[in-house]
Amino acid sequence: MSDSGFQQSGLSDIQQRLVFLKVVVLVVISLLTLRLWQLQVRDGPHYLELSQDNRTSSILLHPARGLIYDRNGILLANNVPSFNLYVELKDVKDREGLIQKLVEYLNIDASEVSEKIRTQSSRTRVKLKGSLTLREAALIESHRLALPGVVVQPEFQRNNPQGPYAAHVVGYVGEVSERQMSKEYFEGLRQGSIVGQYGIEREYDQLLRGQAGSKLIEVDALGHEKRTISVDKPQAGHDLYLTIDFDLQQLAEDLLGVEAGAIVALDPKTGETLALASRPSFDPNALSRGLRSKNWQDILRDKRHPLTNRAIQGLYPPGSTFKIIMAAAALESNTVDISETIQCGGRFRFGNRTYRDWKASGHGTVDLHKAMMHSCDVYFYKMGHRLGIETIATYAKLFGLGKKTGIDLPSEQSGIVPSAEWKQKARGEPWYPGETISVSIGQGFVNVTPLQMAQVIATISNNGVAHQPRLIRGVRHRNTGQIETWPIPQATPLGLNPTFVEGIQRSLASVVSEGTARRANSPLVTIAGKTGTSQVVALRPDKEKETPKQFRDHAWFVAYAPFDNPQIAVAVLAEHSGHGGSAAAPLARELIEAFIKKNRNPVGESRQQRENTKRPVL
Amino acid sequence: MTRARRFDGVDWSLLGVIVALLCIGVLTIYSVTANGQGSKFPIFAKQGVWIGVGALAFVVVASMDYHKLARFSYILYGLGLLLLLVVMLSGKTSRGAQRWISLGPVAIQPSEFVKMPLLLMLSSYYASQTRSGWLYRVIVPGLLALPGFFLILKQPDLGSSLSFIAIYIILLLAVGVKPKAFGLVLLTALMIFPFAWGELWGSLHDYQKERILSFVDPAYDTGGKGYQGLQSRIAIGSGELMGKGLHGGTQTQFKFLPEGHTDFIFAVFAEEWGFLGAIVLVLLFFTLFLLGLDIASKAKDMLGALLAVGVVGMMAFNVVVNIGMTVGLAPIVGIPLPLLSYGGSATIMTMAALGLLLSVKRRRMTLVQ
Repeated sequence: MSDSGFQQSGLSDIQQRLVFLKVVVLVVISLLTLRLWQLQVRDGPHYLELSQDNRTSSILLHPARGLIYDRNGILLANNVPSFNLYVELKDVKDREGLIQKLVEYLNIDASEVSEKIRTQSSRTRVKLKGSLTLREAALIESHRLALPGVVVQPEFQRNNPQGPYAAHVVGYVGEVSERQMSKEYFEGLRQGSIVGQYGIEREYDQLLRGQAGSKLIEVDALGHEKRTISVDKPQAGHDLYLTIDFDLQQLAEDLLGVEAGAIVALDPKTGETLALASRPSFDPNALSRGLRSKNWQDILRDKRHPLTNRAIQGLYPPGSTFKIIMAAAALESNTVDISETIQCGGRFRFGNRTYRDWKASGHGTVDLHKAMMHSCDVYFYKMGHRLGIETIATYAKLFGLGKKTGIDLPSEQSGIVPSAEWKQKARGEPWYPGETISVSIGQGFVNVTPLQMAQVIATISNNGVAHQPRLIRGVRHRNTGQIETWPIPQATPLGLNPTFVEGIQRSLASVVSEGTARRANSPLVTIAGKTGTSQVVALRPDKEKETPKQFRDHAWFVAYAPFDNPQIAVAVLAEHSGHGGSAAAPLARELIEAFIKKNRNPVGESRQQRENTKRPVL
Repeated sequence: MTRARRFDGVDWSLLGVIVALLCIGVLTIYSVTANGQGSKFPIFAKQGVWIGVGALAFVVVASMDYHKLARFSYILYGLGLLLLLVVMLSGKTSRGAQRWISLGPVAIQPSEFVKMPLLLMLSSYYASQTRSGWLYRVIVPGLLALPGFFLILKQPDLGSSLSFIAIYIILLLAVGVKPKAFGLVLLTALMIFPFAWGELWGSLHDYQKERILSFVDPAYDTGGKGYQGLQSRIAIGSGELMGKGLHGGTQTQFKFLPEGHTDFIFAVFAEEWGFLGAIVLVLLFFTLFLLGLDIASKAKDMLGALLAVGVVGMMAFNVVVNIGMTVGLAPIVGIPLPLLSYGGSATIMTMAALGLLLSVKRRRMTLVQ
């Protein structure tokens, strides 16, 4: 090794090199100073903001939603305290690790939760699970040091004490979605707000939801609250009183039982909806509480569509219940005289087709009264032929078919009243005269909801004066405690000839007393009504027993009672249950009898007087 | 031998700077840990005890003749390696690293203590005779340092092993290498780099790897790897010009900043006292280094000069890397800030090293006759 690669190392050499070392130290120290100036002076305000973001957190304080009662003060929706699990994402360093830990303590689905977390930016607070059990809440609290960013917050949880009863009316709540937040109705709501998603909860959300508050807190690095900086208290929503009579509602749903169908009961004199039942139903608690849990999926995937409110969304051909409108149309347009008779031989030839009566042997000589009583098809084929589709459509629309009744629920269907114009628009085909014959007995293109038929029978019972069905009787204002009763909307007289209406009413009474709806005959009260059987597919009567359930006819019955002073109008639709007289009429009778028993005047005072004393809530 | 001892003695400005830095350290530790009550003996008081022990070491070393110490340096270094072996075989493990030996109520960290013997040994190696040529100037001292370096790296303690290398390189630079030769050393280093890097990388724990990776892209994941670095920068930056005052640092008080009383003590101080405070602190260190280099340049012999340069170089390396990592200019490797960070072994070792510096100064004019 040669010495040449190295400098001489004597004391003086080292001491000379120290000058160079001093310069190095000076440069490095200057660099650090420059960097400190950059961080603290130039970008200081930016970092100050970051540090304040770090330590403060604004928490949404959910307001208590307004309560929902039936007309007699029975509670249909309230709020119960509940522990909800939130995650403050900015305090979570390892999201997947956190999920793994939570899965140990809670009954949650890891993939579902990670889906919910992954898409969020780190600035948000995410609700991972609602309604923790006490055990779960205690577990989380005792492990909070190992679970940074996890917060268990006591909050109100929407609760439906009646479970699946009246679920379609009351509805359920849920977190406001991104899409909803962009709509005017939900404007100004903060992410994570609870809003009505269905039914009354949705329709009157602005009254029920109240005003959210917020709390500004100081948090440590684990996201745990250290100190409250300020609180803006939430304000509770207003309470609603429905027109629903829960006893009647419950009975109606029990009468439908496991079968699919709908029952609507209206007060014909006011339009108040006493019962609005739809089966199959669902438990709104499962939906209000859940994230998109398994329950949710089960309900959404159910082939029987429990979330469909059949009373306002189910569309069915009205069958023979349509003959009420046909009778009114024929009389009002002077197409037939009330006493005119025709011959029914069990069939009606039109063009090169034969239209059969449901009774193959025919009904013999029938006038309007008898034709209604026995539901003679041939009589109404002839009427239909005489009236033509346009006149039929005019009167069907007059009774409110083909358009929404305007009941205060979201997503009502309007149904179809067919006409030449409608068919051209909807199908691009001309109207064939034979189709008029089908429509005459409520088959073919005509489609109605059970609520529309309830409105039709209510209007007839109310001597041709229509009321818009509604669900709200009044509101109790949270801050004043005042109950404000909502006025009954203006009634709409259809301008029918009273003589004709009375004739139809008498026919309807005899349908029950001696016609097709004898099973609805009650010793308690005089009921008037009309049966209907709406064809799902063309059937041969003798083979009906072997027909698979989904191809069997729907059974209809519309009725009102008492005959001389109508207080309740009912429409019953039982899907795939066969004839209206056998499958639907008995349900209506039971419901009406229960109503009459409950509302019978025990000591002779008028119903109006009794109402005034009995309802302290309104 | 007749000696007329003239006590050039104590350098008051050096002592003043050291005391000022120690006070800042205790105050900051007090601020970080004050609300962690419950313990009868708070951490800042413990640090006070360590400083007391350190002061004793400082006085003892300062009053000794460094030539005597240098004579024992090989034995001291051997003892140090032995302690490191003990650590490896039966040391106390904390947070994934085996660095400590338990001695009753306290745990000592041999990797800190072994730095001084290394400095003494290498300095006396270069000073005892002219070491020229590759073998004697570069390779032999490198081989002497190597076992200690690897034993510390295996613990693993990346910070200490880096400052171990720093001592060697600083002394090498002080005794001098020609640019051409330094280039050759660098080239050799680059050639063995893949192997060495593999060894080094493999011996690191995941958290250490992540810290280094996050240095490449600090904003990559605020909740994950870059968390410490980002929180540290937020702490420092949010101090702005004037600082938030004692106990006013929200980053520290709400525990957003981890290791506030140890590795990140500079960030705590800068949050509480702002840019002005930080500048004062940096200038105190700068003054300390200049005073140290001054002692080196006036040393009476080569051993004294090398020791002084070594002490200053070792401290400067730790200060620059530590502050550098808190401000985001260096990867987070876990090096404490000398004289400020909490820790018995490091405090005592640093003060002993400063005692050595004073010893060099005191003896530069002793022989007049």
